[in-house]
Amino acid sequence: MMKDDQYFDSGFEEIAAQYPLSRRDFLKRLGGGVIVLWLAPTGLVSSLEAQEQRTMGYPADFNAYLRIGEDGRVSCFTGKIEMGQGIVTSLAQELAEELDVPLEAIDMVMGDTDLCPWDRGTWGSLTTRFFGPALRAAGAEAKAVLLELAAEHLSLPKDRLTAKDGVVFEEGKPGNRVTYAQLAKGQKIARQLKEEAIVKKAADFKVIGRPVTRRDALEKVTGKAKYAGDIQFPGLLYARILRPPAHGAKLLRVDTAAAQAIEGVQIVREGELVAALHRDPEAAENALQKIKAEFDVPAANVDDKTIFDHLLKVAPEGQVAAEGGDLAAGQKSAAETFECTYLNSYVAHAPLEPHTATAKMEGDKLTVWASTQSPFGAKDEIARELGMPAEKVRVITPWVGGGFGGKSRNQQAIEAARLAKLSGKPVQVAWTRAEEFFYDTFRPAAIVKIRSGISPEGAGGSGGIAFWDYRVYFAGDRGAPQFYDVPHHRTAVHGSNWRGAPGSHPFATGPWRAPANNTNTFARESQIDIMAAKAGMDPLEFRLKNLKNERVQGVLKAAAEKFGWQAGKAPGGHGAGIACGIDAGAYVAVIAEVEVNKSSGEVQVKRVVAAQDMGLVINPQGAIIQVEGCVMMGLGYALSEEIRFKGGEILDLNFDSYEIPRFSWLPKIEVVLVDSKDPDPQGGGEPAIICMGGAIANAIFDATGARLFQLPMTPERVKKAMM
Amino acid sequence: METTIQFTLNGKPMQLQVDDNRTLLWVLRVELGLTGAKYGCGEGLCGACTVIVDREAERSCLLNMRDVAGKEVLTIEGLAQNGKLHPLQQAFMEHDALQCGYCTPGMILNAYALLLKNPRPATAEIISGMEDNLCRCGAHPRIVQAIQSAAQVTKGGSK
Repeated sequence: MMKDDQYFDSGFEEIAAQYPLSRRDFLKRLGGGVIVLWLAPTGLVSSLEAQEQRTMGYPADFNAYLRIGEDGRVSCFTGKIEMGQGIVTSLAQELAEELDVPLEAIDMVMGDTDLCPWDRGTWGSLTTRFFGPALRAAGAEAKAVLLELAAEHLSLPKDRLTAKDGVVFEEGKPGNRVTYAQLAKGQKIARQLKEEAIVKKAADFKVIGRPVTRRDALEKVTGKAKYAGDIQFPGLLYARILRPPAHGAKLLRVDTAAAQAIEGVQIVREGELVAALHRDPEAAENALQKIKAEFDVPAANVDDKTIFDHLLKVAPEGQVAAEGGDLAAGQKSAAETFECTYLNSYVAHAPLEPHTATAKMEGDKLTVWASTQSPFGAKDEIARELGMPAEKVRVITPWVGGGFGGKSRNQQAIEAARLAKLSGKPVQVAWTRAEEFFYDTFRPAAIVKIRSGISPEGAGGSGGIAFWDYRVYFAGDRGAPQFYDVPHHRTAVHGSNWRGAPGSHPFATGPWRAPANNTNTFARESQIDIMAAKAGMDPLEFRLKNLKNERVQGVLKAAAEKFGWQAGKAPGGHGAGIACGIDAGAYVAVIAEVEVNKSSGEVQVKRVVAAQDMGLVINPQGAIIQVEGCVMMGLGYALSEEIRFKGGEILDLNFDSYEIPRFSWLPKIEVVLVDSKDPDPQGGGEPAIICMGGAIANAIFDATGARLFQLPMTPERVKKAMM
Repeated sequence: METTIQFTLNGKPMQLQVDDNRTLLWVLRVELGLTGAKYGCGEGLCGACTVIVDREAERSCLLNMRDVAGKEVLTIEGLAQNGKLHPLQQAFMEHDALQCGYCTPGMILNAYALLLKNPRPATAEIISGMEDNLCRCGAHPRIVQAIQSAAQVTKGGSK
């Protein structure tokens, strides 16, 4: 029998040898305990990225690991970050389940590029879908190792042992036991997870599927939670950076003499980067105000009104994303044809925490604490910009104050790093709200053009969709292919992602919560409603009639039942609208009830029912909260949010003119999680938001008979549509 | 002007040698290391920097140090008493009334002042009282529930 303190190094050297030297050091640094390394499955890392990973010295063979320490605590190291979406809780639940430890025993270590293995970034509802299953398998593998150790320790065959709450005991004799902590003591066992270990069946779940409140709440309600701007050091300097008045402007002349005269200020300049540094952020701002600069601002040739014509003019050729049947034949067969154009404006991410980073140089090593959705991306960008070896750069991600896709860009982290290097002092760059708006990678303005038709009476029954010809410009392809049962259809995507080719948008655009799908679902679901109305059918009935997809049907029925949907109400300033869609593997339907003020055009959303089929739900509480968040945030892009601009000049720079949802907008929100028996988890943080534009547009139509073709549906636009 | 400002901070007397033009938010964060109050907009539009001054919720990004001379300032760090969370903090945790947590200190302190004035607010009063505190994650329904449930506990008592 093995003694507790015997040095046991099963598999450790063997596994360590697979990795480059730096990685072996890294593994050694982990110290004792039981370690399981694993690679999250396909979909997260493309072969190109894997190659890139290898050349940069990142571990291509694993991208997360867990360790059971000698104190019995379990650490899970992941490159994912927590920005409010709740994975700090749900990932811990998944691990606790498979490992049979109390949830409280798990420490999540997230987004630290020195401690955590490489990860592409936290976006796309990928964490629970792709990372979660691998985490569970690793937990199961670790438990298998612990059971082996326990069998030796207790001199019993494995099948006589049971694990619970971090303790292994003999079945029927709970006194004959050994804890994980005792087992891990003096061990140095590393296992590489190659094939999927056997994970628990749903029937055996104790922690997965149980509603759990947030694990980070105590820190966050006491003010102890640290965000990037809360990282402070003696001698830290706060930076305020000279900004151009518009995107595309070139710095011609700069005079920093007056700013330089302020006591304690340090002016740093490198190329177009001009910054005032001071230990008091307000003094840095005062110094910035005293910097005289002249910019060459390009003529503004487009604004928020003319942008759509401009975009159509410069649009790239469409790529067919889906097609079937024969469009010409479909069109010929249609009893009635509908041709509509849908627009949406640029929308800001506007997280409450603006982009922030604190950077500190120690010798030749640079550490940057950044609010980022992609710590490893930030690390590479910083190393590249500064001409430093990547291994000398460490990015640490504290709690992130909201991201929604916007913090996948890391400009502030690069700025802080450059300034720390140039000044030789620790530097914090905390963007002001105006900078946050100015440099945001907005959800792109986009256009959708749809031609569609309904079938005549008798031909496949009335209310069938005869054909569907769909073109989307600049939003992206996510959610573009329609899922209705249409014999003749084509979906063409002009510009397959949300960034747009150079020359299309006057500033940066990027992914915004459920990118592209908000635009596509608004257009599709509006068009469906228009056809339903013309066919004289109830919008719910029309959808169900034209759907074969059972999971979409399932969420529509679940939402309708919860809402108490009734067909055929006459407009009376009060109405209900429905929309459905598929996003990140999840199926979702939303019914919104609105009240429209006919004289002002103001829309108040009174009630929202959202039904979501998201496969296996890890934390029902967290899942419901994400849907609620989607509903609230979705009210904004539906009703008020749009960036006004003149060329590269952004006119909305704070929350006075850029209106995000407030408490008074709060509808009664009811969430139904539809159990589809899908054993795999699907997206949770994004799907429900895609339906908000369409459901509200359809509800406004129900209430007033007015059809809105442009987001956001501001009072002016609603009034105009009612005229 | 550099001067001596005396005020009470989280129940303790505080004396600071400071330019009285400086903004409370930055003095709290930079000089005193109290980083619970957050910068969100710098213009009093979002409420992330809310603190309590003489029992009123104030935007610390809009106050100068001279504005708090002789006053009682309470920040999120001072809300729990003797290691015991305030019922609002407890309720925010129980109701999951936060996501990213960045607006949370401001939300809790604004609600604290609201309950001081109106110990048993109706839902509509909570909504109008919280109207100018912004949350981007959409925690609104649970924040309203948390305030309602904290009001049941405090029953008009301030602590």
